[in-house]
Amino acid sequence: MSATLIPMADNAIFVEDLQKRFGTVVALAGIDLAVPTGTIFGLLGPNGAGKTTAVRILTTILRRDGGRAEVLGVDVDADPQQVREHIGLAGQYAAVDENLTGRENLRLVGLLTHLPDNIVRGRADELLEWFDLVDAANRTVRTYSGGMRRRLDLAAALVHRPPVLFLDEPTTGLDPRSRTDLWGVISQLVREGTTVLLTTQYLEEADQLADDIVVIDQGQVIARGTAAELKATVGATIIEIDVANPANAERARVVLAKHGMCDIDTDGHTVELKVKDGSRAAVDVVRTLDHEGLEPMSLTLREPTLDDVFLTLTGHAAEEPPPEVPAAVGARRRTRGAA
Amino acid sequence: MTATTLSSPALRPRRRSALAWAIADTKTITWRNLVTLRRLPQLLIFSTIQPVIFVLMFRYVFGGSIHIPGVDYVNYLMPGIFAQTVTFGAIQTGIGLAEDLHKGLIERFRSLPMARSAVLAGRTLADLVRNVFVVALMLVVGYMVGFRVETGVLGLLAGVAVILLFGFSLTWIFAIIGLSAPNAETAQAMSFPILAPLVFVSSAFVAIDTMPGWMQPFARYQPVSVAVDAVRSLMLGGLFHDPWKVLGSLAWSIGIVAVFAPLAVRVYRRTA
Repeated sequence: MSATLIPMADNAIFVEDLQKRFGTVVALAGIDLAVPTGTIFGLLGPNGAGKTTAVRILTTILRRDGGRAEVLGVDVDADPQQVREHIGLAGQYAAVDENLTGRENLRLVGLLTHLPDNIVRGRADELLEWFDLVDAANRTVRTYSGGMRRRLDLAAALVHRPPVLFLDEPTTGLDPRSRTDLWGVISQLVREGTTVLLTTQYLEEADQLADDIVVIDQGQVIARGTAAELKATVGATIIEIDVANPANAERARVVLAKHGMCDIDTDGHTVELKVKDGSRAAVDVVRTLDHEGLEPMSLTLREPTLDDVFLTLTGHAAEEPPPEVPAAVGARRRTRGAA
Repeated sequence: MTATTLSSPALRPRRRSALAWAIADTKTITWRNLVTLRRLPQLLIFSTIQPVIFVLMFRYVFGGSIHIPGVDYVNYLMPGIFAQTVTFGAIQTGIGLAEDLHKGLIERFRSLPMARSAVLAGRTLADLVRNVFVVALMLVVGYMVGFRVETGVLGLLAGVAVILLFGFSLTWIFAIIGLSAPNAETAQAMSFPILAPLVFVSSAFVAIDTMPGWMQPFARYQPVSVAVDAVRSLMLGGLFHDPWKVLGSLAWSIGIVAVFAPLAVRVYRRTA
């Protein structure tokens, strides 16, 4: 980390009371964020929470209505040009030109970032190798798979080695392997000193990557902390038990509650428990139910999702996504029960 | 995979004046759009199919019943066809921009330190290059059906220059439509009602004297007619010789660019 033109700020990204409305719709109702230089920050929330709006403001694509927004100590509206030279943006919809080859796409972004031609060539080769796109380098992007496009999109954001990187839902729609690969790259970037602001709908992703997390809902911050702290608000692990019918589910709830287990929900055939020690509790649950003659049809242990955090924090599930966006976080109706 | 680093040290952009960058960025975007054109030659073919059909229809079907005193109808027709070709071709500018917008490319461009005007200038310049090919193709088609330039090579080149400049000016109008439309299909649908009266209520295919009186002033002075008359003056001369039309067409084209180019850049800046 030597040659940034901007004096190093403690916080690579600083946002205070950030506001944005579209007509009568309030997209951001005053959020605060501070991302220390060299860390990954997770902006977690469902579709329509305002994540993308925040990223667009910080990447100078949109102008804010109120509050402060600074990248490397520079106000994004006052000197957008300065900010653009120091940021990279990779989005949810791989913004690459289908009619150009992978190499041409990198060249396009490199030239438009005003790097010298010879450096652009070198960087393109380097990045193609890094992102395992050498064989496809001279094919048009039209022939690329979704994962390849996403890698190229991220590579394009890195052509000028930006000290601050914005990743707007970088893994949405990717298969698990591509997702893990991308996580590896992001971790590597941060080890090298890059500051990353990552938006995601997946608590698991924020957990894997982010040092600090802010959860936003309807343009407002509803929680902040580390992934561990957020998960702790829910319980470390969730056990889902499917039984034969809703009546059995209700019986199971009563039995388990009597047995001293708390934080139990039922939803149709399903009973859900939040527990500290997943595998131990699972054995207890099976024993208890077996003792009562209730046979679980299936039993699953899983980590809490954004949906669980939401339910705990707000008492409602993540909002229904807008109709044009496919539902990634479905709203579920549940009855709450605790003993 | 080992020694190279992905992210540091940061690479510094070169320093140049804003104007120098605007030119360099425009060159880059033009290159990018021309690569697309080279890779998808069908775009070029499609934009000439419609005018070729018009040539055949007016030359062989309607032409027989259209009498323009003192000239072979095919010579009267072809300048009209050139104007029609670049006018309808301008829709492509809007379609291209609408596609870039909805594929997220413009969003990426807006996060880069590039000149704001370059995305539009690079698009309209690439479409100007495309028009060079399209007009050349239509000249060949014209020669095949009997069109002859009466004034010589200079007249031919001057006529082509007038029509290309006119086409270039129109692309700025359609750039605005492309940036405002919700998608490429709508951009296309929105463009046609604007273009049809300009192309057909004009001197492109028939003499304006044959139109109803109230229609004639519009038909005579609107930009397509003036461009067509200018090309006739330059390529046919004689009866059609009229330097005022040439100046008029240049004035229209420059005026359209002067008004719509800054407007298009403004729309681009505001498009999120």
